[in-house]
Amino acid sequence: MMNAVPISWYLTLSAILFALGVAGFLFRRSIITVFMSIELMLNAVNLSFVTFSYQHKEVAGHLFTFFVMVVAAAEAAVGLAIILTVFKNRSTLNIDDVNSMKN
Amino acid sequence: MDVILFLTFAVIAVVCAINVVVQTHPISSALSLVGVMGSLAVLYLLLGAEFIAAAQVIVYAGAVMVLFVFVIMLLNAGAETSKGRSYLIPGAPLLIVFLGLVAFFVQRIFPSSTMVRFGGFTGGGPRDIGNALFTTYLLPFEVTSLLILIAIVGAIVLARKEIE
Repeated sequence: MMNAVPISWYLTLSAILFALGVAGFLFRRSIITVFMSIELMLNAVNLSFVTFSYQHKEVAGHLFTFFVMVVAAAEAAVGLAIILTVFKNRSTLNIDDVNSMKN
Repeated sequence: MDVILFLTFAVIAVVCAINVVVQTHPISSALSLVGVMGSLAVLYLLLGAEFIAAAQVIVYAGAVMVLFVFVIMLLNAGAETSKGRSYLIPGAPLLIVFLGLVAFFVQRIFPSSTMVRFGGFTGGGPRDIGNALFTTYLLPFEVTSLLILIAIVGAIVLARKEIE
């Protein structure tokens, strides 16, 4: 009993991490922290993929995780370049101040 | 042993994730995020995903987080002003209710008949990943290289200095 963990624990941990990522995305005002919250959500989903991969004894979940990692790396590069450009043009990192689409 | 390892690293992951959300300084958030990613790598090892665990450490904790820290340093990002914190007051109970519901449904849908044992699944090594990647998933793999190329070009175009 001590050397086996129910699969639901892993899924619950994944849900907790995802919810914390959503909370960070919604509550934080710094654009960099919002971006890090997105990475946290992607990591939580990766944990679900690997867990389901274990459950079905299939390697497909690992490959999805691999592709999510690649997309996350590409997204981080482009997103941070966008953050640099926003900072260059507006000298702020607060997402509440970047609201020119509203007007 | 598995239970102890899982609980240790799950607690580290959750504490670090909470720290990511509540810290006001971006550097503290970034370091906490590295903690989350490192403990997730250990959990991947427990699930038999050796290749993914290595890639997690190299790609996420290595490359992506270095990029984050680099940008934080470059922009000299300071601590966030406390404006907008009042959202936490209705937000925190809602979050707890949501997590309780999720935990309840996960326990209902996935009864504890399926147990995770270290070594219960050995198909996650580099050999198996490579086999699947270059046979069944060859097209997505090649499309991914195109995506990375576009991302590189996009990042350079966005971040370059304007030439007069």
